[in-house]
Amino acid sequence: MVTEQQVWDALAEIPDPEIPVISLVDLGVIRSVDVSRDQVRVEFTPTFLGCPALEVMRDAMEKQISALGAEPEIRVISDDSWSTDRITAEGREKLRASGFAPPAPRETGGPKLVQLQSNAFRCPYCGSHDTGLENIFGPTPCRSVRYCRSCRQPFEQFKTI
Amino acid sequence: MTDQVQKILEIADDELILGWRNSEWTGIAPLLEEDVAFSSIAQNEIGHARALYERAAQELGTTADELAFDRSPEEYRCSRLVQLRLVPDWAATIARHYLYETADEERIGVLKQSEDAELAGLAAKIDREEAYHRMHAQMWFERLHDEPRFKAALDELQPLLDVRGEHTPEFATLWEEMTSVRRSLAGATW
Repeated sequence: MVTEQQVWDALAEIPDPEIPVISLVDLGVIRSVDVSRDQVRVEFTPTFLGCPALEVMRDAMEKQISALGAEPEIRVISDDSWSTDRITAEGREKLRASGFAPPAPRETGGPKLVQLQSNAFRCPYCGSHDTGLENIFGPTPCRSVRYCRSCRQPFEQFKTI
Repeated sequence: MTDQVQKILEIADDELILGWRNSEWTGIAPLLEEDVAFSSIAQNEIGHARALYERAAQELGTTADELAFDRSPEEYRCSRLVQLRLVPDWAATIARHYLYETADEERIGVLKQSEDAELAGLAAKIDREEAYHRMHAQMWFERLHDEPRFKAALDELQPLLDVRGEHTPEFATLWEEMTSVRRSLAGATW
């Protein structure tokens, strides 16, 4: 009989397909794990609806749960319950250490251009606040591109969702 | 088909077709950063189309792919505005982007208030992502709003926003391209 903790531990071993330094658990996309006998039901919230990694993540979860000897059922929940605020403290630190600036906290009313252009974002390389927005969009839907004027390093910033 | 399903399909068709049109800038935008921006916006729009088609498919007993690619061109309910092929006219592209994102905010706002909690949740998710499209459109609007070519494009395109059920000749070409791979091997699973 599989325990809930075993399932969480197994899911914590799955790296994010696009940013492999953090796991699906760090990313906060697993909303719930429900174990009943040998059935494991996972509720999963996508980061962005157009994220091409969605199927990869679902397959990886199914594989990990099957390896525990249980039968997986992955439910994709497409609502507003995932936010970048759900990225764990550990996950944010892992992001920073690999050169991705973690997202700013979600604010009521959504993101604002002024906020994106402010100096509130620190460079993950040198820690300077003297950074500017280069592009709202980046290499994946969840990232923006910023530039650090202190160490002259472009870096990727997680969008606040 | 209920009015609600019809409305969902309308939005999904707009997002799919506009996603295709936006993706036509990939590799040829006037600035490298805009290459990235329009490609990313296109990806988001097609993601929204997929989620909305999935929702409609549940009610209609079909699949998202069949709704997106297996209907005849006349069945698409997208606005005339999104059907136009605007490459290489950047001023008109930004005018369409601005008009579309402004109108889209309003109808997604209505869906967010839906009594159907699942649909309202999906609309809220879409709106979070669209906020970045609006920011991008606003930024360009501020940059171009005094340019005569941009103003002329806004005036010309604005009336097309609410025209549905009519298809431009270029829509037929897009439909041919968009569905050609699926039609080439009927019944294949990918």
